[in-house]
Amino acid sequence: MHPVLEVRNLAKQFQMHHLGQRLHAFDGISFTLQAGEFLLLRGPNGVGKSTLLRTLYRSYLPRAGQIWYHTEEGRIDLATAADVDIALLRRREIGFVTQFLIARPRVAAEDIVAEPLRRAGIAAPEALEEARRWLAEFGVKRDLWRAYPTTFSGGEQQKVNLARALILPQRLLLLDEPTASLDAGARAALIRRLADLKAAGVAMIGVFHHPGDVAGLIDREIELTAREVAEDVAV
Amino acid sequence: MTIATLTRPWEAMSYGFLDASAKRELRRKMLKAIAVPGCQMPYASREVPMARGWGTGGLQVTLTLLKPSSVVKVIDQGADDSVNAASIRSFLSKVSGARETWDTTEATLIQSRHRIPEERLRADQVLILQVPNPEPLRPVEPNMSVARQMHADADYGRLWLILYEQIVRSGRVMQGAAYPSLVNGRHVMTPSPIPRWDVPKLHMAQHLTFLSAGREKRLYAVPPFTRVEPLVFSDVPYQVEDHAALTCHRSGMTGYFMNEIPQEDGSSAFELSDSHLGIKAIRQAEGAAVKIGPTWYENGKMPQ
Amino acid sequence: MIASPTLTLQAPQLMTTPPLLTMTGVSRRYGDVVALQDLSATVYPGEVLGIVGESGSGKSTLLRMMNLEDTPDAGDYRLALPDLPGNLFDLDRFARRMLCATRIGIVYQNPHLGLLMKHTSSGNVAERLLIAGERSFAALRGRAREALDASEFPLDRMDARPIELSGGMQQRVQLAKAIALEPALLLLDEPTTGLDVSVQALVLDTLKRLQRDRAITMVIVSHDLGVIRTMADRVMVMRRGRVVEQGLADQIFQDPQHAYTQQLVHAKL
Repeated sequence: MHPVLEVRNLAKQFQMHHLGQRLHAFDGISFTLQAGEFLLLRGPNGVGKSTLLRTLYRSYLPRAGQIWYHTEEGRIDLATAADVDIALLRRREIGFVTQFLIARPRVAAEDIVAEPLRRAGIAAPEALEEARRWLAEFGVKRDLWRAYPTTFSGGEQQKVNLARALILPQRLLLLDEPTASLDAGARAALIRRLADLKAAGVAMIGVFHHPGDVAGLIDREIELTAREVAEDVAV
Repeated sequence: MTIATLTRPWEAMSYGFLDASAKRELRRKMLKAIAVPGCQMPYASREVPMARGWGTGGLQVTLTLLKPSSVVKVIDQGADDSVNAASIRSFLSKVSGARETWDTTEATLIQSRHRIPEERLRADQVLILQVPNPEPLRPVEPNMSVARQMHADADYGRLWLILYEQIVRSGRVMQGAAYPSLVNGRHVMTPSPIPRWDVPKLHMAQHLTFLSAGREKRLYAVPPFTRVEPLVFSDVPYQVEDHAALTCHRSGMTGYFMNEIPQEDGSSAFELSDSHLGIKAIRQAEGAAVKIGPTWYENGKMPQ
Repeated sequence: MIASPTLTLQAPQLMTTPPLLTMTGVSRRYGDVVALQDLSATVYPGEVLGIVGESGSGKSTLLRMMNLEDTPDAGDYRLALPDLPGNLFDLDRFARRMLCATRIGIVYQNPHLGLLMKHTSSGNVAERLLIAGERSFAALRGRAREALDASEFPLDRMDARPIELSGGMQQRVQLAKAIALEPALLLLDEPTTGLDVSVQALVLDTLKRLQRDRAITMVIVSHDLGVIRTMADRVMVMRRGRVVEQGLADQIFQDPQHAYTQQLVHAKL
């Protein structure tokens, strides 16, 4: 059985052309993640935990190393894969959960949550029913389901966001402080959902403010340590 | 040898008014027009002793076709006796020796403004229609170079757009005269400002029709037995004016295109637009030996 | 208790999506001005490609090339559609016109370029259908209404002339016209530039909605990074007729690599 993810010597630097500098984020990151495994990223603020998550998601381009993502038909290096393949994987297999809602004006909360199901080819009535179930589960009040989340409070937006991100099981889930600013009820719902997903074989990598929240899920941890940040580059 | 032996004797005027080169130009373009039905052929339009816009295009075609044995009929809105029609007719006869007539069945050349006679034209007759605006695309494409490209591409969608908007605005097609029609399945022409009533007469007709615009310097033709199909929507049939039930108050004829004559009491009387058909009907009723030829419309209906 | 997932994991596949649009080695000069230089671009089915760059970067020229309004000095252009083999730049005027009318939709910044201002709005949409050979009045009317509705155009004004409409409404008519024949490719040339900010947001929202509902492949050109960020899945950054950088939209905006892109992104933020 292949692992889901095999990261080899992953490194990230930011090139700042206007400063003539490269900002070092991390290097030499290697780990392997199996299906159903939960990996916690630890380290002080600014050490690059979120940067690592975003690099795995390819919002950031890695400087070196490989991110082998295994499928039954073979493996694909997310570090160098074509944009279109990354886009497709994001749609189907790799999820990214943040505390920030992607603003979508004039789309009702339940439609936002149902969208991944619709895209997966599920008929509108069933998708909506499922979406409402999840909104209820995360404690979003019924009278908000048809409203536009752009006007919601941060906490309510976050719940909509989580429901959307977690409604469709994906093979790999990247969690960037999903519990921040959540109330206790929603946090409990989230952790229950994560446990379910884990049991269903979803591999997860997470950054948490209070790792204690997910203590029962964690299989392994990686500790990131700070390094000198800048190095001069000849421009 | 003298110059005189090599040239023809001096004449005050060429036969048929137009000089030989003018006629050659017309003939060439008329042949081309027949070869590509409905396609507008530009030609070198000459000066004739008449103002542009009064039928100079038709006149040049008629002058080119004239011969001493021709019998000419000229009508203006269906009438033989209007000043314009009478002047053109007497001019034609004067410059060619051709005989004048009012009778459609007798004529070999019929020059017309805005009407096609009600009596069926035969293969030995030629109809010449005067055209003010030969370009059917002008209302939708003011740039004539682009319009020519559209003809080349058979890009006629916008003509239906006009009809579409007429139906949207008024609930029906409002195009009364000059109804754009597809000739031989290829070129859309404007059949000159004849009423919708007359357009079906051009379809698979026995006679040859020339349409000529003197000011715009373009002529086109509908050869015999050529399809002429008015542009229509598949679900909105082509309709001619509802004159089928009207009766001419002078001749008593029913089932032909009528002119509306407002009466002093506010009502309307109707009379045949094809004036000589009315004259023949009246004469026949009075017992004269007048023969009315077969007409296109029968009992107010165009047989399919 | 949260119910177990209703969906089971599908067997993942290794993807190799063939592109819908492929342009290679396209160069175009206008006199001494180089508008496009050896430019290549690919667009994949269902995605939104955003093209950014300053005025004169060649982005609009590129879009016009995609709409076959101009022929380059050199280059190859293919669309992966049935019955369309070979380089589309080799097509004659007639074939180009049919292709553009039936398979490609375009919305211009200037509505005068895209609309017949003196005809009705519904007529403008109907014209597209007429080019494609629709000859039923009821069908024309119905499909024009449908397309206008999908563009969120107020139907009680469908027979108003574009010249009587506001800028935002004119763009909606253009959009309805562009999508009426369900094109394989929708090209948007600065579709919201010059509109009020609030109107701009509504038009972009309509575009997003259409994209979501119909999965139309779109190419959107804008100098406004906000527009591109809202709309695009992938971004191509152009400068002086060349592509300086391309990537996933979030990557271009969060981790731009090229100095010029960084400058653009930083100027925006």
